Amino acid sequence: MADILIKNGRVICPDQGLDQIADLLIKNGKIERIGQIRESGGEVIDASGKIVCPGLIDMHVHLREPGDDQEETIASGSAAALAGGFTTIVAMPNTDPPVDTPVTLEYVMSKARQAGNANVYFAGAITKGRKGEDLAELSLLTRSGAAAFSDDGSWVASGSVMSKALKYARITGRPIISHCEDPVLAGKGVMNAGSLATALGLPGIPRSAEETAVARDLLLARETGGRIHITHVSIAGSVELIRTAKAQGVNVSADVTPHHLVLTEDCVCGYDSNFKMNPPLRSEKDVQALRAALKDGTIDAVASDHAPHSLEEKECEFDKAAFGVIGLESTLAVLITELVEPGILTWPELIAALSIKPARVLGIAKGTLRPGADADVLIIDPTMQWTIDSSRFVSLGRNCPFNGRTVTGQAEITIVGGVVREV
Amino acid sequence: MWDKKHLLGLEELSAQDITELLDKAGDYRATALDDDKACDALRGKRVVLMFFENSTRTRVSFEVAAERLGGSVTALSMDTSSVKKGESLLDTVRTIDSMGVDFMVVRHSSSGAARQVAQAVSASVINAGDGTHEHPTQGLLDMLTIRQHKGRIDGLRVGIVGDVLHSRVARSNLFGLKKLGASVVLIGPPTLVPDSFRSLGAEISNNFDDVIHQCDVLNMLRIQRERLDGQYFPSVREYCELFRLDSSRMRRAKPDVLVMHPGPMNRGIEITPDVADGANSVILEQVSNGVAVRMAVLDTLNKAMMNDEG
Repeated sequence: MADILIKNGRVICPDQGLDQIADLLIKNGKIERIGQIRESGGEVIDASGKIVCPGLIDMHVHLREPGDDQEETIASGSAAALAGGFTTIVAMPNTDPPVDTPVTLEYVMSKARQAGNANVYFAGAITKGRKGEDLAELSLLTRSGAAAFSDDGSWVASGSVMSKALKYARITGRPIISHCEDPVLAGKGVMNAGSLATALGLPGIPRSAEETAVARDLLLARETGGRIHITHVSIAGSVELIRTAKAQGVNVSADVTPHHLVLTEDCVCGYDSNFKMNPPLRSEKDVQALRAALKDGTIDAVASDHAPHSLEEKECEFDKAAFGVIGLESTLAVLITELVEPGILTWPELIAALSIKPARVLGIAKGTLRPGADADVLIIDPTMQWTIDSSRFVSLGRNCPFNGRTVTGQAEITIVGGVVREV
Repeated sequence: MWDKKHLLGLEELSAQDITELLDKAGDYRATALDDDKACDALRGKRVVLMFFENSTRTRVSFEVAAERLGGSVTALSMDTSSVKKGESLLDTVRTIDSMGVDFMVVRHSSSGAARQVAQAVSASVINAGDGTHEHPTQGLLDMLTIRQHKGRIDGLRVGIVGDVLHSRVARSNLFGLKKLGASVVLIGPPTLVPDSFRSLGAEISNNFDDVIHQCDVLNMLRIQRERLDGQYFPSVREYCELFRLDSSRMRRAKPDVLVMHPGPMNRGIEITPDVADGANSVILEQVSNGVAVRMAVLDTLNKAMMNDEG
């Protein structure tokens, strides 16, 4: 494997508190060192004017294999990740069959290895069949390589089952990732409950559906000493609960999607199901609260909840359309444009939320450019202007809420394990 | 000197009380297993076995113990009693008590049942297992077995493995062993070994392989299959992988570790047959010791009762 020397880039590594113009040397698939480095054979990449950072991590992605390969496969999803600058993704287990036994886990892990694209970690289900009744074999799943546990798509509605799961999972050392939504309160809602839903004649999902679930999970985590991660936080109320829980020492982390950081329910006015997802787009007040939470660390990571759907599942009546939008190939550019350019987040803060913070949530040795780390590196062109065109995406999905948006910033070169993968 | 009318649990006994019972049980070992050697310590006394829950070993053990002490035994069978007609526990025991019985040996599925019975009757009550609370004669026979092989209890490290949460055997063992100076580590998943046991003096480990080499004794508890369907534990095979005592785990244990089990065993689940029947196993000795312990308990309570009367 040839050495790679990346010269003159702005090297941002939040794990090391590093943000400076420097050279970065990759040797034998690992980060060798950062500093003033002379060329000496091997490949040279001129990164002047570019940002050099750890390959990005998306800890909430739906790859539809096994079961719905038409929508996305492990290969296409992990390739889409590379196109978007992500060198590591975490796949949720709500496939068909779900990843709730070591056999299924080993199958999907081998498909990811065969695809050889971005690194794919897999979450195992919390309960058998994701039915929320009986614990899945969490320990055997961990031994086979599960990175976390989640019934995502569904909340574990029984407090007693969730309590046992939190206790039991302590012996695995892996977090339980919770999709906080009380289905009874959410009902048949298809957008945020409120005056807009009323005006549009669409049933609403009240904030309480998320907030009561977040409250319960935080209390159970406190009582059991368990390790919980709240995914796709969408409302100010959840942020407050998480902030309080963290202050009390509860072992909790959280992530937010790019669309919840940028879009509001107003987008639904046109009944375009590319703006239909769960949890739904909320209000400006929630967007502001989520941005502040990301900045102050109450929310640790950004995760796209990349959820590809076939055209026929999205191009239909709004209330019948599937929930979910894709995000691997739009996240970086959208957040640079909407958060970094206007000065809401600094570059290191954005990079951290997409690298070292999710790595720490998961307890994996990624998201850093420390010498000795795997050479998963991203070179970003921070000034490149382009228009998002989902028809050209590597992902098989087309359901992108940012389609047509002009953005600044693009993943230019993605390096995985010291090999240039995407240009 | 023993001065209690009932044996309801080990938690309330002193180290001296326990030692007195163990010493007497040790004396009875020689005669406990032979009807020819029966004595008449309990001649003229009636023992009623009130088993509101199923039992093989405990029930037969008490019956044999009472008869080898020369006592008369009546067994109340739940299937044929008026409990089936809905008669309450206290009515049942008061009814029997009114016939002038000396000892009631009570096993019931409710924690605290033995104490409630003791407060309602004039007979002497022995707890043969109340809910998930205590099973004092089991605790005693386990300690007797340990003492026989190791010469002492003080300073030993005893591992109790499995469904501790629902086990009266685990609690009685914990109380008794701590009183006599052993250290106890409870081993199992957090859903079956709650942290609250620490406040009772136990250590807790969720990783059998990490602590097995420390243990002088391994007491393997029976795990009910119903607990392994996902409510407390995901599956039988995950349980076996993490907590079953098999020959490969035995290689990590001390060569002279004692392997115990209160019975009945689920061969192949919490313990493999080769270990259950192997050289370190004292499981059948536990049963033999059970008869001696129950003779000692009946004899001791009887003498205390007679001192009271005299």
